[in-house]
Amino acid sequence: MESFLVRTLRKRSSRTLFSRTSRGFRTSIRFIDSGIDCSFRGKFKVTKNEDLAVRSFFPSLFGVLRGFINGVSAPRSRVQGYGSQIQCRNVAFVAATPSRSGNFSFVNSDDITFFEKILGEKGVVEDKEKLEESNTDWMRKYRGSSKLMLQPRSTQQVSQILEYCNSRCLAVVPQGGNTGLVGGSVPVFDEIIINLSSMNSILSFDQVSGILVCEAGCILENLISFLDDEGFIMPLDLGAKGSCQIGGNVSTNAGGLRLIRYGSLHGSVLGLEVVLANGKVLDMLGMLRKDNTGYDLKHLFIGSEGSLGIVTKVSILTPPKLKSVNVAFLACEDYTSCLKLLLEARRELGEIISAFEFLDINSMDLVLKHLDGLRDPLPSSKHNFYVLIETTGSIESHDREKLDAFLVKLIETGLVTDGVLAQDINQASSFWQIREGVPEALMRAGAVYKYDLSLPPDKMYDLVEEMRTHLGTEANVVAYGHLGDGNLHLNISAHRYSESILSKIEPFVYEWTSKHRGSISAEHGLGLMKANKIHYSKSSETVQLMASIKKLLDPNGILNPYKVLPQSAQPQS
Amino acid sequence: MKIMVAIKRVVDYAVKIRVKTDKSGVETSNVKMSMNPFCEIALEEALRIKESGRASEVVAVSIGPAQCVDTLRTGLAMGADRGIHIDYTGALYPLSIAKILKALVRLEKPQLLLLGKQAIDDDCNQTGQMVAGLLEWPQGTFASKVVLEENTVTVDREVDGGLETLCLDLPAVITTDLRLNQPRYATLPNIMKAKSKPIKKLTPADLEVEIRSDLEVVEVTEPPKRKAGVMLSSVDELIDKLKNEARVL
Repeated sequence: MESFLVRTLRKRSSRTLFSRTSRGFRTSIRFIDSGIDCSFRGKFKVTKNEDLAVRSFFPSLFGVLRGFINGVSAPRSRVQGYGSQIQCRNVAFVAATPSRSGNFSFVNSDDITFFEKILGEKGVVEDKEKLEESNTDWMRKYRGSSKLMLQPRSTQQVSQILEYCNSRCLAVVPQGGNTGLVGGSVPVFDEIIINLSSMNSILSFDQVSGILVCEAGCILENLISFLDDEGFIMPLDLGAKGSCQIGGNVSTNAGGLRLIRYGSLHGSVLGLEVVLANGKVLDMLGMLRKDNTGYDLKHLFIGSEGSLGIVTKVSILTPPKLKSVNVAFLACEDYTSCLKLLLEARRELGEIISAFEFLDINSMDLVLKHLDGLRDPLPSSKHNFYVLIETTGSIESHDREKLDAFLVKLIETGLVTDGVLAQDINQASSFWQIREGVPEALMRAGAVYKYDLSLPPDKMYDLVEEMRTHLGTEANVVAYGHLGDGNLHLNISAHRYSESILSKIEPFVYEWTSKHRGSISAEHGLGLMKANKIHYSKSSETVQLMASIKKLLDPNGILNPYKVLPQSAQPQS
Repeated sequence: MKIMVAIKRVVDYAVKIRVKTDKSGVETSNVKMSMNPFCEIALEEALRIKESGRASEVVAVSIGPAQCVDTLRTGLAMGADRGIHIDYTGALYPLSIAKILKALVRLEKPQLLLLGKQAIDDDCNQTGQMVAGLLEWPQGTFASKVVLEENTVTVDREVDGGLETLCLDLPAVITTDLRLNQPRYATLPNIMKAKSKPIKKLTPADLEVEIRSDLEVVEVTEPPKRKAGVMLSSVDELIDKLKNEARVL
């Protein structure tokens, strides 16, 4: 029996869902800030031809109906008593979320009492406003409905929490800085949020070896400042450094701006302390550069996005801070020049390159339009592509000599049409602000569809151009990324989320990537957004083995459920 | 018309400075040095005047050890036509600089001398004023707007009370403040061109200036570290602290 509400939604909603497994997906619709109070449930079959996004409405503990609707205006106000239109800006498109697993229990007052006993009152957060923040991701695209957030201050507490949750079959979401871009850091339903922000001590630092040991909740920028005083730097750097935490960086195997020089976290992380789903503490906090004793398990956890264990301590190798840093902001006519520039830079600058980033003209325009206090370094004319090259070395004169020779060659061969070289640290950081500001500018511009792809460098921009042809004037296709690593950040910016735009993007972008044997997630991870897309980049045998490992380490599937692996591979399904 | 701009090589504005352990000064050995931000603004203003056609040549001048040439190259890369480096490795105080600049002005005969209002390493804010006094030229300091006319220059000065507008006869000395302009970046073509621009090297002796140190730095110390805040648990404790520790009640 359909209610009036459901019938309205049925007419208005516009996203079509395709079931990927034989079971079919059932989506839930959730309204943000709906104030709608009704408890009822219904199940509807979704077929390929149906225009409806609604599926089973699950009754949450308090019977509030919520939903994510793509581009749908609010149901009639007289039914809901809710007059305002759902701001499409704040509404994410429907993720193909499965329904809440029946295996997981609901949090009850006994649970709260237990947690308060372990963590004290301060560590147990039920306040709605604070939960609002932690339930929503940075992009405001994903919103969970968790009623409980725990803030442990020690590994012991994390262990006790997990042991209890495992015994009670309570699902949890490990959370750090909540800056993830694929919905992996926020609950899907009412999973308990285990926020590690309170575990933010630096435990030790060895000047000779450069090995830093710290807790998982340390904010990256704070670690960078700490190391600055010691004469060292973190081997990774990303735009989110002011909020992201090292535990999260490790769990997502964050790449960042300096991967081209310092490699990935798989190389820099020397050891981890991880708490498994059953509460067992796995001390792999080695501080050795070389240790070939047995299987190197820490690599399983690096990049597992919190689905195999919660990282509580990290031991990381930090490179020394070198004083000669130069940043050049160059302009190229076309993409082929950018590629040639990369090759030349590798050859001429060699070991002193520490970053090689590119942005296209659309990214530049967006940044200049939406962010204050930034100016175009090359205002004399419009350029199609901009490349930011950073070099880091120990001797200023040596680096300058290399750079000068390199820049002369660039001008003489006409590889770059224009460029500027930063003369002091302020100018250098203003160039970086332009490159690091693109994600924020995109957020301010409206709705954004974000894709993070690894592709063969020579093919990278072909995808961007094809996407532009595909979308025409409907949306602004913006491209930037770590050209040095073959990592493209493809973003489609539109005024509002809409079904027609999404259907033109997906699955085209994934299929294109798959065809060129690229990765559908270069560094952002799978999270919730791409949980069912892994097959575009990994074979089914590989995914099956991943599922077995997940089942081994987390038999009840309580750690970050519904994410990373497809539904068929989740233990609780 | 010729414009002369004096630029100073200082510790980069964004660097976290450290005091030397012997308290004799600030650590400068392994630290990034760049052009003083106010000098950059002065040079930018000179270049804009030249671009508007009112000046024919911009000469950048720097006084100090050999590395000053790097700062001069930056100035040339921004667009200055030539540079002059006065080589001297000892301690330099504003009066000595002012005397050297006076001698240079007598040599080069510019119509306008531009300087930054102060250097960020010593915050003296004296050189411009002293040079104007020695040359007996009019001065417009803390300039936030400069408008050149036939034989005069109108300067808006940022003073405590607001803005003061002065009209000065040329030749004149102007020191620049933050809001005057936003300096340009050094573009690659200009950096390449700068390599071939001449930098003349002179010593104070060549200018018949004797550098005499009238000042001696006795000690340089860091400001006292900020104490951490204390969380109090009751109003009584607060009153107690205000009465006995802070002594404000």
